Amino acid sequence: MLESEAGAAFVLAGGTDLLVRMKLGHIEPALLVDIKRIPAMNSITHSARGTRIGAAVSGAELGEHKAVARAWPGVVEATNLIGSDQVQSRCTMVGNLCNASPAADSVPAMIAAGAKAVVVSRTGRRTVPVEKIVTGPGQTSLARGEVIEAIVLPARPARSGDAYLRFIPRTEMDIAVVSAGVSLTLERGRIKTARVVLGAVAPTAVLVPAAARAIIGSKLDEDALHKLAAACSAACKPIDDKRGTIEYRTKVAGVLGKRAAQIAFQRAGGA
Amino acid sequence: MAAVLVSTTINGDAVEFACPPQESLLAVLRDRLGLTGVKEGCGTGDCGACSVTLDGRLVCSCLVLGAEVDGREIATIEGMAENGKLHPLQENFIEHAALQCGICTPGFLMAAKVLLDRNPQPTETEIRYALAGNLCRCTGYDKIVRAVQATATELRQLEKKKSRRKKSKKS
Repeated sequence: MLESEAGAAFVLAGGTDLLVRMKLGHIEPALLVDIKRIPAMNSITHSARGTRIGAAVSGAELGEHKAVARAWPGVVEATNLIGSDQVQSRCTMVGNLCNASPAADSVPAMIAAGAKAVVVSRTGRRTVPVEKIVTGPGQTSLARGEVIEAIVLPARPARSGDAYLRFIPRTEMDIAVVSAGVSLTLERGRIKTARVVLGAVAPTAVLVPAAARAIIGSKLDEDALHKLAAACSAACKPIDDKRGTIEYRTKVAGVLGKRAAQIAFQRAGGA
Repeated sequence: MAAVLVSTTINGDAVEFACPPQESLLAVLRDRLGLTGVKEGCGTGDCGACSVTLDGRLVCSCLVLGAEVDGREIATIEGMAENGKLHPLQENFIEHAALQCGICTPGFLMAAKVLLDRNPQPTETEIRYALAGNLCRCTGYDKIVRAVQATATELRQLEKKKSRRKKSKKS
């Protein structure tokens, strides 16, 4: 349907961004396809092999799934930070991803988690790392006729933890000035694998391998944290705007990266 | 574009309406069904004045299309009072002067009711977070929070009385 429509065609999931853009006259869709009643898209499956979250699953539904919240607290808390309770009833991770805001809350947490997007079209299905979806503000790598059906999180090894933090000037209902997501796994008390991701400091969320390298092999001591913060700040290419200056965002990215790593470490059972 | 025919349930009553596919649930409720208790503030999901519940979940009706609610259940402020008797939340909003101009009030009442249905004993912080999607430019929020706290206490006491009565009946 989406492919055969000659005019502007859009997928409607939660509608918390799409309907605003329609209202403001930014888009005039010729066709909207509501995906909320497609079973494969409105369900969560969670097992030892991994977690699959349908594209139409709302933030509130994800937050109420206890097993997923236990396995991926960082991903769930990031998704639950999107908007108010009213917005949570409707908003989706995939919508947050495809809206392609540099400040999207769920995106750094998904990338840190190693999440993949299941992209479907009339001709087939492909699985793409989440960091390959957004190419710039409001831009994605999806071709015409392609839709994200679900987000897949990998199997979670024991002694793993993740966390997401954002800085906003008020306590609720705001857009991230800077954000950081960290996911890591321990082996004998030391960090075996890690992924560190920053949000709102560049045109897209940034995976920072240097920040991960700074803590891999460590017990997250002061020295490792210091190097992680420096790597985070070095990876920033932020804009200057009324919400934060370049200098401020660069500095805070290091601080949030450090704090998110500490929370993830604790959740993984590190001491 | 052709109108979409929708059958839904609003405040317990079966309702049918036809609307253009791009029309919001807010516009349907107010302009087609005369349920003007739901208010339009921002129209972009930021102010919460248009809050209703959709299958029990709190939503901004400005961010829902009328065409989406086929077969769903909607509750609006019009369904909150029962048999002409105000809900304790409504009574307490009056008692605590938790409103001035009143535009935001239906939305606050819907949000507060969803909160108390899920969490009968919320802390002040929980109340403030639960109502963060509702903006009020008159009251400064304190009176609204007090009204919700008072209602929570009142409803818990009512609940206790009920269960005591049940127990005494049994014995």
